[in-house]
Amino acid sequence: MAADQTTLDAIAGAGDLAALDAVRVRLLGKSGEVTAKLKSVGSMDADTRAAEAPKIHALREQVTAAIAERKAALEDDELERKLATERIDLSLPVPEARQGSVHPVSQVMDELAEIFADLGFSVAEGPEIESQWYNFTALNMPENHPARAMQDTFYLEPREGETEARVLRTHTSPVQIRTMERTPPPIRIIAPGRVYRSDSDATHTPMFHQIEGLVIDRNITLGHLKWTLETFLKAFFERDDVAMRMRPSYFPFTEPSAEVDVGYSIEKGRRVVGGQQGWMEVLGSGMVHPRVLANCGLDPDEWQGFAFGTGVDRLAMLKYGMDDLRAFFDGDIRWLKHYGFRALDVPTLSGGVGA
Amino acid sequence: MKFTLSWLNDHLETDASFAEIAATLTNIGLEVEEVVDPAEALAPFRVARVLTAEKHPQADKLQVLTVDAGDGAVQVVCGAPNARAGMLGVFGPPGAYIPGSDLTLKVAAIRGVESRGMMCSARELQLGEDHSGIVELPGDAPVGTAYTDYAGLGDPVFDVNVTPNRQDCMGVRGIARDLAAARLGTLNQQTFEPVQGRFDNPVPIRVEEDSGCAAFAGRLIRGVRNGPSPDWLQQRLKAVGLRPISALVDVTNFFSVDQARPLHVYDAAKLQGGIVARLGHGGERFLALNDKEYTTAADDCVIGDDSGAIGLGGVIGGEGTGVDEQTSDVLLECAWFLPERIAATGRRHQIVTDARARFERGVDPLALEAMVEAATRMILDLCGGEPSTVTLARSEEWPRAVRPRFVPFRRERVKSLAGIDVPPAEQEDILSRLGFRVQPDGVVPPGWRSDIDGEADLVEEVARIHGYDKVPATPLERAPGVARATATRAQLVERRLRRTAASRGLNEAVTWSFISEQEAAVFGGGEWQLANPISEDLKIMRPSLLPGLLAAARRNLDRGAASVRLFEVGRRYLGDAEHSTLSLILAGQSRARHWQTGKARPVDAFDAKAEAMALLEAAGAPVANLQVFPDAGPTWHPGRSARLGLGPKTIVASFGELHPGLRKRLNAPAGAVAAEIFLDAIPAPRSAERARQAFTPPFLQAVTRDFAFLVPEGLAADALARAMRGANKAAITSVRLFDRFDTADGLSLAFEVTLQPVEKSFTDEQIADVSHRIVAAAEKLGARLRG
Repeated sequence: MAADQTTLDAIAGAGDLAALDAVRVRLLGKSGEVTAKLKSVGSMDADTRAAEAPKIHALREQVTAAIAERKAALEDDELERKLATERIDLSLPVPEARQGSVHPVSQVMDELAEIFADLGFSVAEGPEIESQWYNFTALNMPENHPARAMQDTFYLEPREGETEARVLRTHTSPVQIRTMERTPPPIRIIAPGRVYRSDSDATHTPMFHQIEGLVIDRNITLGHLKWTLETFLKAFFERDDVAMRMRPSYFPFTEPSAEVDVGYSIEKGRRVVGGQQGWMEVLGSGMVHPRVLANCGLDPDEWQGFAFGTGVDRLAMLKYGMDDLRAFFDGDIRWLKHYGFRALDVPTLSGGVGA
Repeated sequence: MKFTLSWLNDHLETDASFAEIAATLTNIGLEVEEVVDPAEALAPFRVARVLTAEKHPQADKLQVLTVDAGDGAVQVVCGAPNARAGMLGVFGPPGAYIPGSDLTLKVAAIRGVESRGMMCSARELQLGEDHSGIVELPGDAPVGTAYTDYAGLGDPVFDVNVTPNRQDCMGVRGIARDLAAARLGTLNQQTFEPVQGRFDNPVPIRVEEDSGCAAFAGRLIRGVRNGPSPDWLQQRLKAVGLRPISALVDVTNFFSVDQARPLHVYDAAKLQGGIVARLGHGGERFLALNDKEYTTAADDCVIGDDSGAIGLGGVIGGEGTGVDEQTSDVLLECAWFLPERIAATGRRHQIVTDARARFERGVDPLALEAMVEAATRMILDLCGGEPSTVTLARSEEWPRAVRPRFVPFRRERVKSLAGIDVPPAEQEDILSRLGFRVQPDGVVPPGWRSDIDGEADLVEEVARIHGYDKVPATPLERAPGVARATATRAQLVERRLRRTAASRGLNEAVTWSFISEQEAAVFGGGEWQLANPISEDLKIMRPSLLPGLLAAARRNLDRGAASVRLFEVGRRYLGDAEHSTLSLILAGQSRARHWQTGKARPVDAFDAKAEAMALLEAAGAPVANLQVFPDAGPTWHPGRSARLGLGPKTIVASFGELHPGLRKRLNAPAGAVAAEIFLDAIPAPRSAERARQAFTPPFLQAVTRDFAFLVPEGLAADALARAMRGANKAAITSVRLFDRFDTADGLSLAFEVTLQPVEKSFTDEQIADVSHRIVAAAEKLGARLRG
């Protein structure tokens, strides 16, 4: 027994879920038409039942399926209608993430630590308020040495009971002394940090940052210094065409001494490190003076090594293109956001030390 | 140190170009800062004759000239009143750059008449100040030749940065010697024939012991005429930046530049009695040649006569005994002072002179007599006169100053220290050319190299002349394996904090380590004060990072920033030590106005707390155990600030709203909040083990129960939460405040308590028991469970 067309039409024609339910009740409800047929099976004789029962069951299944199909269709329609009303303007702005930043000086110090760690250097630190012994005398700059006058030193008012004024360290070199005093060689360290000179103009600020390097061992020569600085400069500026030259110079705490120039070229009107259109001084360096070694309790006939120093702010400017040192210390958030670095720009050897 | 090529050529025979000379100087350690070749700038200008001069048809003050600069007649419009037919002058063709006017000539029509170049004034060529008319040359000047050739201007000026150890290179002679050592030419022989004294020096000269003066050679020359010095000398001095004064003074300046040998001349008629080099008598004053008055100190080396002080020996002479045009008898001084004494006096009185610069670096004591003779000869040549004998007064220091010094030198040290192979013969050759007396196991340095005091110095001498470019780059030995970690815990903490702060939208600033006295006073005063600050604003070593950050925040807000979030990692300079600190400041808006969240919200103390907690967490501080202690101190809002610590003595941070009074006292932004993390107070984690403690996530689900209490006034929420947690530490894994509001009966705080079963699920009885204990613990603090 197949469902007649009228029944199927009624199902298909149900306009909404309520109408469909009414049709369902009319057909499959307690006193529905199909239900009545199912009930009639019980009163049939065996032969008739054998012939009719499967047909009646088939009818019920057909009707049930048709209702289910219609229901799904109606539900789909209803969802479509509902969704059609649920539009939002996704061009609306979400709350802005705050743009934090790491200062270029910190970033460059991290870069330096990463590069030098690969060469076996650890990072050493020391006080910024120093005794004259560590800042000058131990570095072979006795009192009245012209080099003391060369550096415009900030002196501190002596505190009660102090006979000698302390100074704000004029360079990171005192960390050399402190390291040699307490660490038996071999030594490989860098020492970054704040330094101070009473100097203030367009290119000088009374506070700036330096990094010091020190290697002490038995057979270290000027040749190791040259290699170390070449290796460092290439790694830091991330260019293979970084040219370097060492010029004889004078520092009281090194002998022989060398100033180190790096080659630059002009690209898009800007001076960039690389090439050899001109030279600019970037580092001071030399073999640690025998008297400095002796001042730290090391025997100059047994131990020797090199030291170098350079400006961290200056390295940052050369690499990342800032042109005003004073802006480094102003805390202008526009500048910090522009020249600063994102939190996850962590220098790594595999990912590159620059960002 | 400035000198000209022609001056150098007096000492050095060389075919090298000035560019080669400059490159060599830099390579051997005499860094050339600048070489100015005047011929280069004026190369296009030529000697020209004015052929005709007619009045300009359109302008009264202009003339139309025809000019011949060697290539036939050219028409030029000229405004100079002295321009006339037949005269010779200096012509600049189109394309020439006029340095004095900063313009490049073009063919142009001037009031309708074409002009093809320009006749120039001295000022336009930057050869003088005269701009009253065009340069007039003598009638025999060859038309068409380059003006610089004609005028002898082609003498490049070198400016060399002489390092403080190289006193000898503060003289042209020393520079020439270094260049000769570098095989750039031949050093001329220099001999100084003694000048016979015609009479005994009548001026008594005395040197007192320990005066700082070791020797004072003096000679009277009488009957001199002290007019202007000759052109050649004036030109030389001007070229190196010195002002010609008079022949006698110019002679002393000549030797200062030529031989790095300062001299002094006194007008003998102005001296009262004899000359003495002695210590200063406290309080005596004299007027110096720079027109300033100085009061001598007790350890200055003073040159005096019977009238008192007449100069600071080796630093500056006195006005009262100086030479002038009337001088007829001159006393020439050639002395030697102890360098450290000169340095101390120069620094004490802040006098910078060429004499001081040379004496404090150690003038050649062995050349003393020769220099007296050389200077005498030049004075006689330029000023005439009759020389006396030389008086040489000495102190006990003098024999030591002139005693030869032996410096041991092992040739193999050049290889082992500088890393270069230089054959011993080559080493010895270099040292000899530099004036060292070479011996088998050492050298005797020449008198002009007082800087040499050890083997390392000699290694440098050999290496720098041989060439640093020949130093082979030698790799440092590398430890096996990959690079080892080197950062200390403190360094790692700083790095992490910096990047955590940046990731939370804070901008890292670097502010001055020094602040003003007023700023420091607000923060309890600074322990360290600069004796010589560059300004009152940068005077006290900061006891806190907040003043610097507040000032930066203020500047940003003044520039129109709506929200400022700054942090700094730096040191506080306290009496005991320098303390590593991270400080942050939040000012302005915490949240900008937004279509979702509505009006802007200003920063509040909880913003500061959020940052402080996140940073402490990043620093590895035991955040869960930190207690909150209200009121962070006098610079903070007493009711809206707190300290965080493991106990009242182990404070690791402060945070909250800054004291409103800071607004008036420091112009701090209103409502600013801040936090300070005291990095050196954070305890190190107990274990540096990489492996974590064993852990398996519990397989039973956690249970949550909510509790709401009415709490008495003043009860800290954190204290209540801790008490609740303490009700059953094994079962309760968290107590989280989720609601807080005022009711008619008081403040209501609602907490979500999480209970974590371990082996078996909780029974209803167990949960009831924990709940009971929680309520009991809360009640002990005066809280009441809300019905």
